[in-house]
Order: sequence, then structure tokens, then C-alpha cells
Amino acid sequence: MRHVYTWSGILVVVSFSVVGDILIARAMKQVGDVHAIVRRSGVWTVVGRVLSNSNFFLGVTAMAVAFFSLLFALSWGDVSLVAPAAASLTFIGNAFAAKIFLHEKVDQRRWIAALLVAAGVALLAG
Amino acid sequence: MTFRKYLVLAGVTVFAAAGDSMLSHGMKQAGSISIHHLQSVVLAVLNPWVAAGIVLLLAFFASYMNALSWADLTYVLPATSLGYVLLALVAKFALHEQVSPLRWLGIALISGGVGFVAGGPALTAHAHEEIPAFARSAKDGAARGTAATAQGPIFHEEAEL
Repeated sequence: MRHVYTWSGILVVVSFSVVGDILIARAMKQVGDVHAIVRRSGVWTVVGRVLSNSNFFLGVTAMAVAFFSLLFALSWGDVSLVAPAAASLTFIGNAFAAKIFLHEKVDQRRWIAALLVAAGVALLAG
Repeated sequence: MTFRKYLVLAGVTVFAAAGDSMLSHGMKQAGSISIHHLQSVVLAVLNPWVAAGIVLLLAFFASYMNALSWADLTYVLPATSLGYVLLALVAKFALHEQVSPLRWLGIALISGGVGFVAGGPALTAHAHEEIPAFARSAKDGAARGTAATAQGPIFHEEAEL
């Protein structure tokens, strides 16, 4: 039963992290290339566009929920399982979600990169 | 990819690694926090290490958002996972901690993954939609004079302001 709690905790953390990353990435694509905007109309234009973007706030909220559910998950399961599992599954989840929701071309090169990094993070944090 | 963009990716990596280490160092000094004593959170924030960690993590978030404005999520995430490698190297050479063979293997895998994405393009999404077109026309505009920027999405964007 404890395993069920731990893994559902991990699943909640991963889901909210992925949702947060996707929303922030979408918000910043809507804002546009920051360097180009700063060159043309200054930093405050960027700040204004970010703060008027609803995806940004939704993304930050999702990241905050992910952070607090990580704290809860850590109190249910071992740090040596929860932290690396959540971090490395987030990499894999992000690759899927970026392909589906952000229409990024996740080619073979990027899949291999996501898998290598996920495996590496699991080893490092474990 | 310009030098400035590499600098932003380096910022994401370094700020995340340094922020996390400072925060963790500070929280160990501040002691454990329980949900029943929320005032201990305020005390923890007053710890200089925790405060410095928070400032660095804010810098991380700013550079992360900057990177996401011109690169794919599936490019930025692996590219900046070098932070994990950085943390392990700091642990080994600055803090003289033992780094196990399994961790070295983890470092090798992450570095390999970073090598894989670094060779590819930074931006693939929405090739015909407004953002890359906007970025492209801005670059073209800079190269060919401002007349070019009067056409296409960039005009539309400025009309909004």
C-alpha cells in the first residue's frame, strides 16, 4: 500500500511539473524572442507581455503545486526513490508533451537525449 | 545560435545548480520545517544562504524563460541538465565528497544526452507560425534594413502595442 502512495505521489509531481513546463514554454513562445523584443522596445515590454500572459500564471501555479506535492511525496516515500524518479520521469513526460502540445519535432536525436539524460539523472540522484 | 544565447543556457545551468546548493545548505542550518509551525518558514528565509539561494533561483527562472522564448522545451531541458553534472563535480572537487562509479556513469549519460541535442537545431516548432517567422523577420530586418520588418507578423505585433 505504501508503494501505491509513493508512486501516485510521484505521478502527481511529474504531471504537474510537465504541465508547468509546457505552459511556461507556450507562454514564452507567445511572448516572442526576448532578445529581439528587448532590442526593439526594451525590457519593460517583455515584462509587460509576460505578466499579461495567462499561460505564464497557470504554468507558475502548476509548478508551485508540483513543488508542494513533491514535499508531500517525500514525506511518504524515500528521498532516494522519489527525487530521482520524479526528476527523470519529468524529462520523458516533457518530451511526449512537447511533441503533442507544443508541436516540437522530437526526432530520434532528441528522444535519445531525453532517455540518456533521464537515465543519468536517475543514477546521479539515486 | 549566438554567443549571447549560449550565455543564457549557461546561466540556466549555473544559476540552478548554485541556487539549489545554497538553498539546501541554508535549509540544513535553518533546521526542519513543519506545517504546524509556519513561522519557521519566515525564519528560514532570513538565513543568508536561503535568501541567496532564492535570489539565484529567481535568476535561474528568468534565464529559463528567456531560453524558452527562442528554443524548444526539448532542447532547453537536456541542454541545461549539465547542472546536475556541475553539482557532482562541485561535490567532488570543492567539497571533496566521494563520487561513486554509478554517479560517474550518470554524469557520462547526461553529458552524452547534451551532446546529442546540442548538435541539432534549437527551434523546430511552428516553423510557419508567428513566433519563428517573427524572429526570422526581426533578424532579416536587422540585416536588410527596417523596410523588411514592416511586412509580416512583426508589423502585426507592433500594431498591438
